[in-house]
Amino acid sequence: MNIDSISNGIVIDHIKAGSGMKLYELLGLGELDCSVAIIKNVSSKKMGKKDIIKIDADIPVDLDVIGYVDPDATVNIIKNGELVKKLVIGLPETLTDVIKCKNPRCITSVEQEIRHIFRLTDRDKKIYRCIYCETKAN
Amino acid sequence: MRSLINILDLSVEEIDKLIATANDIIANPDDYAEKCKRKKLATLFFEPSTRTRLSFEAAMLELGGSVIGFSAANNSSAAKGESVSDTAKTISCYADIIAMRHPKEGAPLVASKAASIPVINAGDGGHNHPTQTLADLLTIHREKGSFNDLTIGLCGDLKFGRTVHSLISAMSRYSGIKFVLISPEELKLPSYVKKDVLEKNGIPYEQTTDLEGAMPELDILYMTRVQRERFFNEEDYLRLKDSYILEPGKLKNAKKDLCIMHPLPRVNEISVAIDDDPRACYFKQVLNGKYMRMALILMLLEEAAK
Repeated sequence: MNIDSISNGIVIDHIKAGSGMKLYELLGLGELDCSVAIIKNVSSKKMGKKDIIKIDADIPVDLDVIGYVDPDATVNIIKNGELVKKLVIGLPETLTDVIKCKNPRCITSVEQEIRHIFRLTDRDKKIYRCIYCETKAN
Repeated sequence: MRSLINILDLSVEEIDKLIATANDIIANPDDYAEKCKRKKLATLFFEPSTRTRLSFEAAMLELGGSVIGFSAANNSSAAKGESVSDTAKTISCYADIIAMRHPKEGAPLVASKAASIPVINAGDGGHNHPTQTLADLLTIHREKGSFNDLTIGLCGDLKFGRTVHSLISAMSRYSGIKFVLISPEELKLPSYVKKDVLEKNGIPYEQTTDLEGAMPELDILYMTRVQRERFFNEEDYLRLKDSYILEPGKLKNAKKDLCIMHPLPRVNEISVAIDDDPRACYFKQVLNGKYMRMALILMLLEEAAK
């Protein structure tokens, strides 16, 4: 299977197999005009299987979203065909407008303008809680 | 701008300071009679409340300040669709400090982010009610002399009871505390409170459905009401509302210096026959709530002036 290499853009690598589509959706990549490739279940010596996303454009991506979906994913920034930067994101401390609070008693359920903010409350268990009602993110 | 949204916004040292101030107010009320002269408290109550709102208003009046506000959402611009943020910004132009009750969880936090004056959470749905906890803490401190080495029984609705969750969080910061959690199966303390507060802090606890069995070891018995407004289903409420009723006979094995508390209002969970028992502390709690609110208003206004 051949996917063209990209000259200017972003490669999100080492995504846990099965998380690529979730990341694609949360990053809103379906709305881009440029080429975007999701490669699922790629063989990996380290991980067994992994997903990869290639974005053929130098666009800003929300690193917090990547860190939330898979803190071990790597982000490679490609410029003129060269790898210029490689980032491992880790779990972000806060998530803003990435996920929505589902608690019907939360103020965010009735006031649409309020940003949905979640704070990391347990790094080991990867638990995020809504800052308003403290409900755990699913 | 410093606000009080969650009881854990206050450090142990700040709670000690508030208790010291409240005790000084009790001893020397005249010294505080003009401390808030020309200051205004806005009580923004989007949900009905008698006790908390009047306690805040009495607190501000006893400090020599004045009070503006509303006592139901339909008396405010919320009925026209105004956001909590816009209400908070508007009230910041009129008052010096806000006390807000709202049925939605997190609404006072939203207000505190928008307001340019301190916001006190006076209850946000089933979530937090930090000034009730301050009233509880002053009562425990005045009755027991300290916050250490106490076995605290929490009885009734431990699932939706916000005062219970806040009290557990506050008391978990002291040493020698043990909780006995007495509730029907359906109203047990949520697992996240057990895991994130009790187990995380190594606080011992027991869960039981047997109030009388737990009674002999308790230093404090904190009764709660099963709250109709927290149920989506009326049938569930009717089935559970009479789970625990404290009557004089149930106290026969209780300690002589047991402290019986209740955040009030009660429905029938404490028999009126208990009211004359010297161990009944729930009306002292009401009074203590006013003194702690006075101390809190003073602290937040002092910090806002810096």
